[in-house]
Amino acid sequence: MKNNKSNFSKYLVSGVAALALSAGLASGASAAENGKFRVGIVTFLSGPAAGPFGVPSANAAKVLVEALNKGDVPAPYNKMGINGLEIEAVIIDEAGGATKQVEEYRNLVQRQKVDAVIGYVSSGDCLAIAPVAEELKTFTIAYDCGTPRLFADNADAQYMFRTGLDASVDNIGAARYLAATRPDVTRLSGIQQNYSWGQDSWADFTAAAAKLLPDAEIVEEQFPKIYQGQYGAEISALSVKRPEILHSSFWGGDMEALVLQANARGLLEDATGLLTCGEASFANYKDQAPNGMIIGARGPFGAFAPNNELNTWFKGVYNAAYDLDPVYPATKMVQAILGLKFAAENAGVADKEIPTAEQLASGIKGATFESVSGTVEMARANGHQAMQGITYGQYHYEDGKASIVNAVSFDGECVTPPEGVDAATWISEGFPGATCN
Amino acid sequence: MTSLLAVLIDGSIYASWLFLVAAGLTVIYGVMRILNMAHGSFYAIGAYSAASLVGWYFNNGVGPAWISYLLLVGAALVAGLIVGVIVERGLLRLMYGRDEILMVIITYALLLILEDTMKIVWGVSPYFAYQPYSELGRTSLGLLKVSNYDLALVGVSALLGLGLWAWLERTNQGKVLRAMIHDREISVAMGVNVRLMFTITFVLGTTLGALAGALTAPAISVVPGIGIEVIVLAFAVVVIGGLGSIGGAAVGALLVGLSRAAAVHYAPEFELFVIYGVMSLVLAFRPEGLFGRTLARKI
Repeated sequence: MKNNKSNFSKYLVSGVAALALSAGLASGASAAENGKFRVGIVTFLSGPAAGPFGVPSANAAKVLVEALNKGDVPAPYNKMGINGLEIEAVIIDEAGGATKQVEEYRNLVQRQKVDAVIGYVSSGDCLAIAPVAEELKTFTIAYDCGTPRLFADNADAQYMFRTGLDASVDNIGAARYLAATRPDVTRLSGIQQNYSWGQDSWADFTAAAAKLLPDAEIVEEQFPKIYQGQYGAEISALSVKRPEILHSSFWGGDMEALVLQANARGLLEDATGLLTCGEASFANYKDQAPNGMIIGARGPFGAFAPNNELNTWFKGVYNAAYDLDPVYPATKMVQAILGLKFAAENAGVADKEIPTAEQLASGIKGATFESVSGTVEMARANGHQAMQGITYGQYHYEDGKASIVNAVSFDGECVTPPEGVDAATWISEGFPGATCN
Repeated sequence: MTSLLAVLIDGSIYASWLFLVAAGLTVIYGVMRILNMAHGSFYAIGAYSAASLVGWYFNNGVGPAWISYLLLVGAALVAGLIVGVIVERGLLRLMYGRDEILMVIITYALLLILEDTMKIVWGVSPYFAYQPYSELGRTSLGLLKVSNYDLALVGVSALLGLGLWAWLERTNQGKVLRAMIHDREISVAMGVNVRLMFTITFVLGTTLGALAGALTAPAISVVPGIGIEVIVLAFAVVVIGGLGSIGGAAVGALLVGLSRAAAVHYAPEFELFVIYGVMSLVLAFRPEGLFGRTLARKI
């Protein structure tokens, strides 16, 4: 009886396993052949980066994909779906670190059989994914990560593209904004999260400031741990050095906590805050950020996006769906999806045909396409990296409404190192070849 | 001179916050021998509850600001009580008597469950309850401007520490608890209701965690993951002081707070390292922590 029971259990387990396996295979097979353009979308759905970056990006992807499938997006993107094919978005969580993301990427490509992947906020994830995209020959767009190493470490990339700007542009732009609006400042300070993002941002900013504001000195710099949340000691250390400018590449909850605490303690009254990622929390500051605080959006995104037809339309549908204006990560996600659509429809394939990864790559490499942020030129990293201008402005809150005043834009050629030149060298040589408006 | 004053003030403020966070953790370990990994989640639940309630209060008509301070504490008490009773009665009661390591794994699983539960309840967008923080204004001490809310936190923390001490040393319930810590079997033989005392202790620890979160909420953006960051610091503090010792937690918090503030002002490059440096140094000479040997009076 015991043996019979044991055998029955074995058969049952084997049967269930076989069913599960065949169901999995069937689902993989049908996914590739269901006549839809399947795109993997990877962004943070959990963890501290979900609120400021991941969720707005995923929400933007949802409304845009829905509108594209209905053919509701303004020209030149009014053709239904991608190349006439309905888009099927597979949205997955970026949390868990680079090793997990490589597994997830392989799963998207090999099991879910996506035709392209768009994603990645974390620079570590981007750097880990780039060689795998080349290995699996999968068309991939990095939509937000900022590391300049993406193409420096993958100079021969064929399948990896980035439609956002790299982080050195943020900080060159920030220094240029100060030089244009506050040329007399002499006391600079900074507070950065203590990991590569914060350290690289500060290195780029201080190097650029040394060239553009030669009379300015760095009076204090602080590098607290990421997600620390409590900045009492750092604010004191900064306050006693009486800086005129407080630069920070903080993001998310850390940035909001810093603004709350520094404003309550008067640091942001005595010094002007300069937040390179500040726009992402534009709707959250309310009266807790001082008027005049300088904020950026890592490019012409979010509140800094131009009032062109595409952006006006996108802001309308996003606001209708979520009762919020899109912040810069949302705009960057839309830019990446529009870039993919442009690539597919510029790949020279027949209507309703899914282009290969090579055709997608040739469709966007070195191209120029229209987006919610204006015109995007894939003009760097051998045609794989977008080049656009960057805008900074000052936060202003009045009568319960937040706005941006004194915005200044700098052309892409003014803030982007020339092809083949790394940012550190370009800055140290005094921005040779830069053309600024 | 300004820097030295700043170190003392910043160190005291940070230490008071650390003590608030660590007190519940050490109470639970002292009595129940449970190294509660889920303590960070109780902190986060307190922060979310307080931010929701205070946010709702200020978004729906302006009442007197002082009521928001009562709401902070009230939210923590209610959240701590509910979560504490559910977790103790529904989960931990089934596990008593198991190995301490197993309890660590169980409470770690609980942490993961609670983190996801919070996402379901509150989502991933930030919550703010900044009004109580800004309403109290600030005090100028030369170049240094200090938030009055932060200064008040030092007082709250000191009062809480004194209250815990008085409860354990001066009340019958405290005496019973100490007897139980000393020898659980004899306590049962003498008629002590150990299960009830466990429930009281766990709910107290949970409420202390939630209170720490609620009192921190006005100064931060309440976002997913805040509890996980806090638990690492809380462990460092209680390990330095000696697991299960309230006095140890206070001294540990003060040591860490002052060391960190000194590092920020005088050697910022060591700021990340200093907390764990102090911990390593203490453990190298006193592996049980500063107050870890007083086993009979562990709490």
